[in-house]
Amino acid sequence: MKQVLVLSGKGGTGKTTLSSSLIKLSGAKAYADCDVDAPNLHLALEETLEPKNSDFYGLPVAQIHSEKCVSCDLCRQKCRFDAIDVKDVYSVDRHACEGCAVCQLVCPADAIEMIPRITGHLQLYQNDHVFSTAELCMGSGNSGLLVTEVKKGLKDWKDKAPLAIIDGSPGIGCPVIASISGVDLVLLVTEPTLSGFSDMERIVETSRGFPAKIAVCINKYDLHLGNTEKIEKYCMENHIAYLGRIPFDLDAVSLLNSGKTLVDK
Amino acid sequence: MKIAVLSGKGGTGKTFVSTNLARVIESSIYLDCDVEEPNGHLFLRGPVLETDPVALPIPVVDDKLCDGCKKCVDFCQFNALAYTGQRVIVFDKICHSCGGCEIICPQNAIKEIPREIGKIEIRSYEDTRLYTGMLNTGEESGTSIIGNLLQKVSEEDSVVIDCPPGSSCVVMDSIKDADYCVLVAEPSIFGAHNLKMVHQLVKLFEKPLGVVLNKTLGDENPSEDYCREKGLDILIRIPWSDELGRYNAEGMIAAEQKGEYWQMFSDLLHRIKEEVKG
Repeated sequence: MKQVLVLSGKGGTGKTTLSSSLIKLSGAKAYADCDVDAPNLHLALEETLEPKNSDFYGLPVAQIHSEKCVSCDLCRQKCRFDAIDVKDVYSVDRHACEGCAVCQLVCPADAIEMIPRITGHLQLYQNDHVFSTAELCMGSGNSGLLVTEVKKGLKDWKDKAPLAIIDGSPGIGCPVIASISGVDLVLLVTEPTLSGFSDMERIVETSRGFPAKIAVCINKYDLHLGNTEKIEKYCMENHIAYLGRIPFDLDAVSLLNSGKTLVDK
Repeated sequence: MKIAVLSGKGGTGKTFVSTNLARVIESSIYLDCDVEEPNGHLFLRGPVLETDPVALPIPVVDDKLCDGCKKCVDFCQFNALAYTGQRVIVFDKICHSCGGCEIICPQNAIKEIPREIGKIEIRSYEDTRLYTGMLNTGEESGTSIIGNLLQKVSEEDSVVIDCPPGSSCVVMDSIKDADYCVLVAEPSIFGAHNLKMVHQLVKLFEKPLGVVLNKTLGDENPSEDYCREKGLDILIRIPWSDELGRYNAEGMIAAEQKGEYWQMFSDLLHRIKEEVKG
């Protein structure tokens, strides 16, 4: 199975729009949404199936049993994430806690327990195709682990589906890096704005740390021809495969809002 | 006062709203917390006055002292350490810098050294001061850069915080000190879905919030429907226009280009101030 991952650096350049259209056009039997922070591919591709739902456990969260706590303050001093609150009693700020377990290690009173924590919900749709997606729980960290789990959903289709299309997340950090690992092609969709260009350069640099091929296309190219030409020149100079231009069309919004892709008509 | 600008979905206009707000506020501070893809400095263009590197402590194992007990490897929750049979190796980029391995090592073979993961660039543009957080490419997490950025400002400052997209921990870190949250939404079902996610996030913190409906087109607006359903305050509607699109493409501040935009963002600021006063 060849895997194509759609990324952009900047948000809102059209990753989901492009992914959903490519899935429809190519007839790909395997696809996934790795933008677990703000997943949208399921809105563009109507599924009539019931998904298989599962909870994803990320790193555990510390909990202080106040009846055992001797208020020695060691946990607060050693926590690098400012996750220990001291009011009347010592407690853990669940959102700040990264689950490192240092507090448990240093507690002389055995008052701290690491509790399993659900950090995301996975959905896997499959019959004649497979669609793997997930949603990160509000404010959770380590979204890269959840992204890796989403990609595992396609694993059983390795021999059945020759092509997989994966919708990625904006940025260059943890979920993006987790999504790039193991793909064959990173398809970058950018837009002709200074921000789009600058963010594309950063995602190109990030992607170059991986063996995947890189290709670029420009969405909404006619919003600024000057910037479109600058991006094209950048691709030529940096030997990045350039795939072409997609025009801006206000009708695209209403089409997407009716739950269709750009190639359904 | 600190105003956080966030959106869930990327590309809805966070940087557009925050840079313009920063301009209509007198002697403002603009914090770019979108450390993976910072863009505010492409609009508020000034020379870099200062660069502060941001580093995290990572462990280094002294092979001469290490006796191969593997306690550090077993303890590390992030699998950032591995034992090869001869020595312990550290995967720098996976390390969360919790310091646990150094504490647990019975041989005192682990010391921490700083490793640069990004920087903060300080610029000034007219009477606005910019602090731009920048994560180095290839790095996983910019949480510590956001922490450092937020420490740059004091209670009395007038601050606009340009947040990262999404609804993960980095967004939470960015808004935790804010007095008011501005949610920027676009008129698509994608925009509405992510508005809902980010609204739930802001609700967790019980912060006052309002919505900017950006790039509106005609009557159809799933994000506006969501605001009505939940009774959210709509602060302003900014219609889609070629002119604003061009300013955005070329890195221009709309409020500086035309009086009507200056007025629009001044009115937005006024609304926010009223809301904060209660």
